[in-house]
Amino acid sequence: MLRRRHNDGKVVKITIDGEAVDARAGESVAAAVLAHASGATRTTPVSGAPRAPYCLMGVCFECLMEIDGEPNRQGCMVRVEEGMTVRRQQGARDMERAS
Amino acid sequence: MSAPEYDIAIIGAGPAGMAAAHEAVNVGLKVVIIDEQDAPGGQIYRDVERVAMERRHDLDVLGADYKYGYGLVDGLHASRVTHLAGHTVWQIERSGTVWCSDGKKAKQIDAKRVLLATGAMERPVPVPGWTLPGVMTAGAAQILMKSAGMVPDGPIAICGSGPLLLLIADQLVRAGADIAVVAETTSFTDYLRAAPHLLRALKGADYLRKGIAMRRRLKESGIEIVSGISGLRVDGSDKAQGVSFKAGGRTRSFEAETVLLHQGVVPNTQAARQLRLEHIWHERQHYWYPKTGQNGSTEVEAIYIAGDGAGINGARAAEAAGRLTALEIACSLGEVSRADFDLKSPPWLSELDHHQSVRPLLDALFPPPNEILNPPDDATLVCRCEEITAGDVRKAAKLGAPGPNQLKAFLRAGMGPCQGRMCGLTVTEVLAAAHGKSAAEIGAYRIRPPLKPLSLAELADMETGDGDVTLASPSSGP
Amino acid sequence: MPDHTAPGSFDVAIIGGGMIGPALSLGLLERGLKVCILDEGDDVLRVARGNFGLVWFQGKGFGMPRYVEWTRRSAMLYPEFAAELREHTGVDIGHANPGGLELLLGEEELAHRQHYIGQIYQQGGGKEYEVEFLDRKQVEDMLPGVGLGEDVVGASYSPIDGHVNPLFLLRAMHTRFQQAGGTYLPHHRVSGVRKNGAAYDVVTEKGIVSAPKVVIAAGHGLRELGPPLGLDIPIRPQRGHILVTERTKQILPMPISAFRQTVEGSIMLGVSAEEAGYDDVVDTSTVAKIAERAARTIPALRNLNIVRTWAALRVLTPDKCPVYEESETHPGIYAVASHSGVTLAAVNAKVASGWIAGDPAPEQFEAFGVERFDAQKTA
Repeated sequence: MLRRRHNDGKVVKITIDGEAVDARAGESVAAAVLAHASGATRTTPVSGAPRAPYCLMGVCFECLMEIDGEPNRQGCMVRVEEGMTVRRQQGARDMERAS
Repeated sequence: MSAPEYDIAIIGAGPAGMAAAHEAVNVGLKVVIIDEQDAPGGQIYRDVERVAMERRHDLDVLGADYKYGYGLVDGLHASRVTHLAGHTVWQIERSGTVWCSDGKKAKQIDAKRVLLATGAMERPVPVPGWTLPGVMTAGAAQILMKSAGMVPDGPIAICGSGPLLLLIADQLVRAGADIAVVAETTSFTDYLRAAPHLLRALKGADYLRKGIAMRRRLKESGIEIVSGISGLRVDGSDKAQGVSFKAGGRTRSFEAETVLLHQGVVPNTQAARQLRLEHIWHERQHYWYPKTGQNGSTEVEAIYIAGDGAGINGARAAEAAGRLTALEIACSLGEVSRADFDLKSPPWLSELDHHQSVRPLLDALFPPPNEILNPPDDATLVCRCEEITAGDVRKAAKLGAPGPNQLKAFLRAGMGPCQGRMCGLTVTEVLAAAHGKSAAEIGAYRIRPPLKPLSLAELADMETGDGDVTLASPSSGP
Repeated sequence: MPDHTAPGSFDVAIIGGGMIGPALSLGLLERGLKVCILDEGDDVLRVARGNFGLVWFQGKGFGMPRYVEWTRRSAMLYPEFAAELREHTGVDIGHANPGGLELLLGEEELAHRQHYIGQIYQQGGGKEYEVEFLDRKQVEDMLPGVGLGEDVVGASYSPIDGHVNPLFLLRAMHTRFQQAGGTYLPHHRVSGVRKNGAAYDVVTEKGIVSAPKVVIAAGHGLRELGPPLGLDIPIRPQRGHILVTERTKQILPMPISAFRQTVEGSIMLGVSAEEAGYDDVVDTSTVAKIAERAARTIPALRNLNIVRTWAALRVLTPDKCPVYEESETHPGIYAVASHSGVTLAAVNAKVASGWIAGDPAPEQFEAFGVERFDAQKTA
């Protein structure tokens, strides 16, 4: 649902749900995910409803994502880094970290 | 017990925090500034340094008011402040101890004074469909522009009211975005009527002039601006597909992939509430703000507040307040005499006054509409995290829940990850309407630490010193 | 506006809308009595909101076998209590009886617990006491998929232990109360009670409410309200902290005294006991200690984020056993106090309420008289 105005930023290679994606240095994980695809970035643990980032400043907690195996991280508060693995969450997390 | 390591711990590196840090260091205080973002600027000047150095093309779109923040960031770097970037504060004690975390380790910071400069957040806009993917705040769109140089793809509907609405529409147009409609809940004719008189009378008229100019530019770009709308809803099933609303006696719908909502900003009071500071209800703007005394002081000796977190007055007022509060703190610590304060403060007092003076006009022109404060449709979600509707809240009110805390106990409203940030104001309004009482009588959620979630590992690994704690089984024990 | 001062408005006025008052009220309403609950406002000391949610049997009633019986009775009545609430109000209070464990770290803790439980058994005069000890392997079998910390040597287990969602319980009881014709009066803080002919006038901030019977189920409020009414009962506040994690997929199949996973998926962590007067502000050292023990017991808990902490003040008697007392100087005024309002909700609704209505006292009450506190003092 988002597009980059200019594509001249330094490329940072990450994966989103296993898919290789070229993000740009400085972007938040949430922004990179939204630039990659529109629609839900997670489903809620209460009812499985589709949600996506709302405030992008760390207040709404809608941007919860699994980053490098750690679930429930606020994607808007983390900048992309080379080799990062990002997964969209479905429902509640597991107690263990993802492998 | 040894003396605290710092004179002041400043929480938040937005305009108030940065200005306060700079001023405090100038008068010889030992300062630490703690900010959850990894770069200074708060939200209003978010990533201004990075944009200035790496994305100058975005700088032009964002405008002069944004560029101004670069000076403050530069000033922060130049001062000898300890800057704990990327650190989230999760508990503040009235004694001046601040607990924060870098994501891996919990840290204890001891200071003689704590200055809360945590700023504002967007007022939640609970309309039907507001939780659908593709719906964001107008501020979020600005943050995407500032921190990532991104704009929403596809048609954008911008809905709400307030000076920021037109600003964001203007910025997006200049950034090449496709605006489907700008839909204002305020009625333009009303404020046009009011404006001529007030333009003359008020000092802060430049805000209004800018707004009128932006409006004209948007219309010239062929963008439809609809005023006096009501019954706003976001359409779509698993993502936003458009908006509908009533205007001029008929229902109108616009297709959109992105919907930006905005109904002004409100103070972020989580930290002040966690400190159990007294709060006052702002009748006209429908928000809570912490009670402050002279120059940002509070009922607690070690705690001060400056900036939008103390009441919405904008970035320039926040900067002035930050400086004044830093000087006031310095006075309280005996580092600056009152006479010196009276010599240094006038330019900042005047700046503060100038920017505060426009507020009554803005408040009168852009009041949040009642249907946003107290959503009429029972099915509208109020607590996004726990998926509690306005109807659920009304039912609990009938059951006797007198306020937000009993409501929390009944429904779990406010118990999700956002800890009541998104639903607090709406819950207070819905309960007030249901009970026929004022918001001030209804009250607000009690906020307890942690201010933001932190891992059990960090808590378990903390060294807290005081060893006299007993853990007991619920049955046996001492 | 209904006139609550008119004689005959109510048969019983209950002071307190937490875990105890509403539970008692349900049994009274069932008998056709007219009941009101007088409650305070929103942001006040409400112990009922700080509840862990255990319906706990093992380890209770040290030195008081009658309390062991009373607790067992409540646990046995709980399924019926929960079913009735669900049937009437549609609210599922999430009651489950999967048994409960108390995990023990290190041999010393194990020995201490064995001695303690052994004493309770002996105090019961050889009657069956449904608590057994499990070794580490047996505990692992009971908690599949839950990695235990290396210090866990075993546990005490009781099949009678269970848990419930305390907030839903509160809501269900309030809903049923009003549904069954009870009158709920919030913002009616009580300052005192005085005799008025054949009845009592309860003096509230909104005026007088009159009834021939008054039940003080006001938690810590009993300290102020009780003494002028011949109910000077030595309760004190004892602070307990609870940490709550983010929602997680279901992993704990049963409550483990210090840990309980709710139906929504959050895991509640306790349990502390601090003598801190009426200070219910969260204390960081206590939070850290609870976190540390939790991490030692189930290391994977370290991964979870804590989203909320509470400190609530238990209503504690000197022997931790409850108070069910009718005043001798003011017959018709009752005091009910306990820090186990959740566990006792079922028996309060179904049995204790009868005592207030005029039934003979349950046999367990012979041990609950307040004169025991004087005896304990001089002992």
